[in-house]
Amino acid sequence: MANKLGLIIKREYLAKVRNRSFIVMTILSPLLMVGMIVLIAYLAKVNDDETRVVTVLNESSFFQNDFNPSKNISYVHLDDLSLEQAKDSTTALEYYGLLYIPNEQTVEQVAKAAYLFTKDNPNTSVTQELENVFQTQLRQHRLQKLGVTSEQFSSVEERFEINLSTFDGERSMRGINEIKAIIGGGFGYAIMMFIIIYGGFVMRSVIEEKTSRIIEVIISSVKPFQLMLGKIIGNSLAGITQFSIWIVSASALLFVAVMILGIDLSALSADGTVQPGPMGGMSQLGGMDSEMMMYAKEIYDIPWGLLIVSFFIYFVLGYLIYSSIYAAIGAAVDNETDTQQFIFPIILPLMLAIYVGFFSVFSNPHGPIAVGFSLFPLTSPIVMLMRLPGGIGEGGVPLWQFLLSVFILIITFLGIVSLAAKIYRTGILMYGKKPTYKELIKWLRY
Amino acid sequence: MDHILVAKNVTKTYGEYTALSNISLQIPENCIYGLLGPNGAGKTSFIRIINQITHQDSGEILLNGEPLAPKHIASIGYLPEERGLYKSMKVGEQALYLAQLKGLSKSEAKTRLKFWFDRLDIGDWWDKKIQELSKGMAQKIQFIVTVLHEPKLLIFDEPFSGFDPINANIIKDEILQLKENGTSIIFSTHRMESVEELCEYIALIHKSEKILDGKLSDIKKAYKNNIFNVAVQMEQDAEAFMKSLEQKFNILSSDVDLIEKQLNFKVQLPSSHTGDILMELSKVANINKFEETIPSANDIFIQTVNSKDNGK
Repeated sequence: MANKLGLIIKREYLAKVRNRSFIVMTILSPLLMVGMIVLIAYLAKVNDDETRVVTVLNESSFFQNDFNPSKNISYVHLDDLSLEQAKDSTTALEYYGLLYIPNEQTVEQVAKAAYLFTKDNPNTSVTQELENVFQTQLRQHRLQKLGVTSEQFSSVEERFEINLSTFDGERSMRGINEIKAIIGGGFGYAIMMFIIIYGGFVMRSVIEEKTSRIIEVIISSVKPFQLMLGKIIGNSLAGITQFSIWIVSASALLFVAVMILGIDLSALSADGTVQPGPMGGMSQLGGMDSEMMMYAKEIYDIPWGLLIVSFFIYFVLGYLIYSSIYAAIGAAVDNETDTQQFIFPIILPLMLAIYVGFFSVFSNPHGPIAVGFSLFPLTSPIVMLMRLPGGIGEGGVPLWQFLLSVFILIITFLGIVSLAAKIYRTGILMYGKKPTYKELIKWLRY
Repeated sequence: MDHILVAKNVTKTYGEYTALSNISLQIPENCIYGLLGPNGAGKTSFIRIINQITHQDSGEILLNGEPLAPKHIASIGYLPEERGLYKSMKVGEQALYLAQLKGLSKSEAKTRLKFWFDRLDIGDWWDKKIQELSKGMAQKIQFIVTVLHEPKLLIFDEPFSGFDPINANIIKDEILQLKENGTSIIFSTHRMESVEELCEYIALIHKSEKILDGKLSDIKKAYKNNIFNVAVQMEQDAEAFMKSLEQKFNILSSDVDLIEKQLNFKVQLPSSHTGDILMELSKVANINKFEETIPSANDIFIQTVNSKDNGK
């Protein structure tokens, strides 16, 4: 009997892996994925690189050394030209704009009389940067009048951030909860994608056996349940193969792309935090400042072992539950177009899990909604994984919640698989009928 | 006589619907057994129970005297009515897979497949995909896969549907050969005339009930009603002769063939005794034909169903 299951798994695996569209997807996806990342990074870089040139006609004695080139703007200083000439040459050279600072008695007056000439309405970032220069000078000037020295002024200007700490005395980090949830969410998202893609494979494989009419030949040799199980396992092995190839080749490609194009991946994250992805390099550790080191330490402190072990537990159980439902749907219908009405109720809890996860787990990993959804069996594989980077026990998920959630999941797994097997057993021999939910319930009693 | 398969009071229901009610059958070893009845009578339900695809609600089935168990799967070969093959799988690979599912080792399956592929002249199909083959070709492969593990009991559900006449004959001969070699065979079909000549035993199934079973020749004997088709050479006075005959015998129909100068008629005799009428006829003219009409399985079926319905 076990031998037959092995045969079925092997056939399902090979049938999937040799499938042309499967091979194409396996090869193309990492290319598309990396291509997308590289494109985004490249575009971000190009965007940054666009520096606007502003000519400065400064007739006053102020602001002589204040307009220094920045990321956005570089300056061309014009001397000994009239305003008209300056305007003409700026347009002739197709520069972005002309900053005119007339000669007046005081800084205040100069600033008031200054003008920025541009072709169209100027970009906000440009005006903001110019205004900042004026403002700093004006503030310094006004404070000097009140008797503040320039040293005092620069010390006043220093930025301030509040110190953070946990009650245990460890320094806690800004955004670390979000990072943890993103890591857990990444695992949860992977599970969801896997279920939707490879559950669909199982379903199509069942439909194929029905439409090609081979099903009755096969189940005169093996039990329907064996066939269903073999199908689910075979397809998931094919899926794991594909996922592994994707991860390995995408990382390799990304590495190569980064090497060749010299793209700074940290440019992707808005506030410059460390990317938690596979490339979030230990190799970069040396060059990071102490802030970065703290983040790296926090990420390092995430219970990876626990996370990976529970990923596999939740993955296996969740996938088995959902793919046996997919198999039952495949058995109930005659062709793929009839599956729509049954697919939606499956995808719904998965989507719910992702959204609830991202909204409620992010803000409060241990709130009632997060707890509820991490116990409910159809959403727990995703939601619990989002909570788990905080660890189990003190400060993390209470042990009882973790155990209860796994327990409920196992019970649900046994229940759903036996129900699905009943529908499957009846459905595979039914042809030419589009079943209703009512009919499916009837099949459970056969 | 030994029985390969015995069914005792087998009943199967699907919810409200009764597929089989109290079916009892004995299928003798090494014969061809016809399971006949219209579509939806319950034939396929019964066969699926034998193949352990579904299970009876009550009753018992014995294979070779033992209650049906999973180990018997290897000694049954089943060609379902709804049959097909994986479209995108190569012929050889697919046949090997199906044979292994029936419990054959890979090397054994390979040897036997070579033999059968040569025998049915399809040796060069090994690496083709099913979608490249015609329907008739695929049917040959399904047949091979069904018989490859040399089962003691072969079950064919609507065996000849989808075959062209030439291939149907090839398969028919192969089945007869298998029977010669000692295999017991069940044919299930609603086209009774297609298997009548092959079957030694039949069972008629109608609306989930068995209405008749036994040896086909016995059944026919029981159902024949002493009707004879007769043709007599007649030069003249055919009508006058007919009138005189009608007074003595129960003539069912008659007509005169003027071109052949022949009188044809159908007569029902009170018993199987034919001496009286033959003597009467031979006095007048030459008898060209004198033939008892044997009811076909189809006739018997209709007659039984009618009498049963009238009896209720």
